[in-house]
Amino acid sequence: MVILAVEDPPAQQPAEPAPPAAAPRPAGTLRHRLRRDGVLVALMIPGIAWLVVFPYGAAFGNVLAFKDYFPFLGVWTSPWVGLQHFERLLGDDRFWNATANTVTISLLQILFFFPAALGLALLLHSIAGSTVKRWVQSVVYLPHFLSWVIVVALFTQMLGGAGVLNGWLAQAGLDPVQLIGNAEMFKPLVIVQMIWKECGWGTIIFLAALMNVDEQLYEAAAMDGSGWWRRLWHVTLPSIRPVVMLLLILKLGEILSVGFEQFFLQRDAVGPEAGEVIDTFVFFTAFQGGDMGYAAAAGLFKGLVGAVLIYTANKVAHRLGEQGVYTR
Amino acid sequence: MSNAHRPAWMGRPSPLTTAAKAVAITVIVALMVFPMWVVVATSFAPPEEVVANGGFVIWPSEWTSLTYQRIFAAGMVPRALAVSLGVTLVGTALSLALTIGLAYALSRPQVFGGKPVLLMVLFTFLMPAGMIPLFLVVQGTGLLNTFGALFAPLLLNAFNLIVMRGFFQSVPSELIEAARIDGAGELRILLRLVLPLSKAVIAVVGLFYAVSYWNNFFNGVIYLNDSGMWPMATLLRSFTSGGLTVADATGEAGAQIAPVSVQMAVVVLATVPILLVYPFVQRFFVKGVLTGAVKA
Repeated sequence: MVILAVEDPPAQQPAEPAPPAAAPRPAGTLRHRLRRDGVLVALMIPGIAWLVVFPYGAAFGNVLAFKDYFPFLGVWTSPWVGLQHFERLLGDDRFWNATANTVTISLLQILFFFPAALGLALLLHSIAGSTVKRWVQSVVYLPHFLSWVIVVALFTQMLGGAGVLNGWLAQAGLDPVQLIGNAEMFKPLVIVQMIWKECGWGTIIFLAALMNVDEQLYEAAAMDGSGWWRRLWHVTLPSIRPVVMLLLILKLGEILSVGFEQFFLQRDAVGPEAGEVIDTFVFFTAFQGGDMGYAAAAGLFKGLVGAVLIYTANKVAHRLGEQGVYTR
Repeated sequence: MSNAHRPAWMGRPSPLTTAAKAVAITVIVALMVFPMWVVVATSFAPPEEVVANGGFVIWPSEWTSLTYQRIFAAGMVPRALAVSLGVTLVGTALSLALTIGLAYALSRPQVFGGKPVLLMVLFTFLMPAGMIPLFLVVQGTGLLNTFGALFAPLLLNAFNLIVMRGFFQSVPSELIEAARIDGAGELRILLRLVLPLSKAVIAVVGLFYAVSYWNNFFNGVIYLNDSGMWPMATLLRSFTSGGLTVADATGEAGAQIAPVSVQMAVVVLATVPILLVYPFVQRFFVKGVLTGAVKA
């Protein structure tokens, strides 16, 4: 769902405003610092080398978006075509259909996934026995670690044409329902799959926020005679609002990314009109259509718009006094 | 047992609330566990029963490992398991080495080159490598159609790196200064002091990496032509999408085994390793995950 990192503020505080401890390491000349930090620099080098080759090498590879790619010519010698791919993209209905699907699924996710995760977190938080709570947590975290291949196979086995649900319906003498491979049911299906797989894992951050709610507020509210519903509405929810807002903002920043694998696995069963998202559009254009340059342009377009959105989302989060995926 | 945990202000919940909660929790747990159970039961049921029952079995009349025997007698699935295991072990070890090195250096205040390198890392959050350009890099580095393509593009994860760095930053600097005054070099401080204090975060980040390697089917699809080199997840994807047939997995002798039985057994085989590691790492989740960051 969301890539989110909240750096732990108490952990950082001692590092920054404690100059006495850091005093033996003053900033000297570059050469001096390089000599002093030789071992640390050596520790960084493999990681830096990887960054340069893979993500940054790939960033260079984006020149393909401005070229007419011929495999036998290679990236560098293939002829330039300027912005031709991007112009084509703007008028390509298949691309805009994929974009519309992506955005719709993202919004549905916000609408249904967030409340589900929050609700489950509230339920888990209210379990009094800690053994029961630990067991339930173990179970609901588990699907997060399963591959999408497995999750899709499980759903087919449960809801598919030869699945458990239709087996039961047949036994009861009812008509079968087509939930898998049905274009109309596709969006609800993927949202349910996301909730099944990630909802439990999504509770971790809410649970952490719930733990931090000031106990005295509950106590005071209870003294004033409020029941659990009023405590939930007037104490719990306002207290965790910053976390919920942060997650929402960051998810909005990622609105163009709904995950590739889940859709790659199921797109063919429902056809591109219902099942195509931007990432699958890029894949199928490149590796089935053989149109590498055009696919790279679509990917770059998504990457650039996505970068602006994520950057903006984090700026907004910082403005609200939260830490986003990166710290200032 | 419950009274001990409940603060005085909360009061006793009504029996109705307790019952509703118990029902809700039972239903949720059942929704999570039941599908996995059906898969296990189907894979251990006699294949004829699976066919007669229409494709699934909830409680087999007889538990048999026939399907598994057939799968292991033919070479394809065991080979894929070996590939997955190798890639996961090698990949996780390399990932941890790279992540720890970079994260530790970046966690030291005012390290040489720290600011630009951190920016380099953070930029990958903003714009992850695109699929097509990354394919060109894998092609250009000669990794196409080698096992290296299964882990090299995934070695470092910016999120895991930031988690690890945050954890290292929380190691009290007094401890590190004390070790330095005692004459320890940076490498010694890392190996003898910081790493032993960071077992929780290493366990969690190691699990994240291991799971990402074990579960990755897409690198096999895009980078490896030869299905004989495929890892488990790619193989499973091919079975479920109809690219490979049951005969490929079970050989001639398996012709009488129902395709569903084979699929379900492969799902089980692809899941079991995760289930084996899970309980050992689980106790570190909250500590390790929340210390540096939370991934939702």
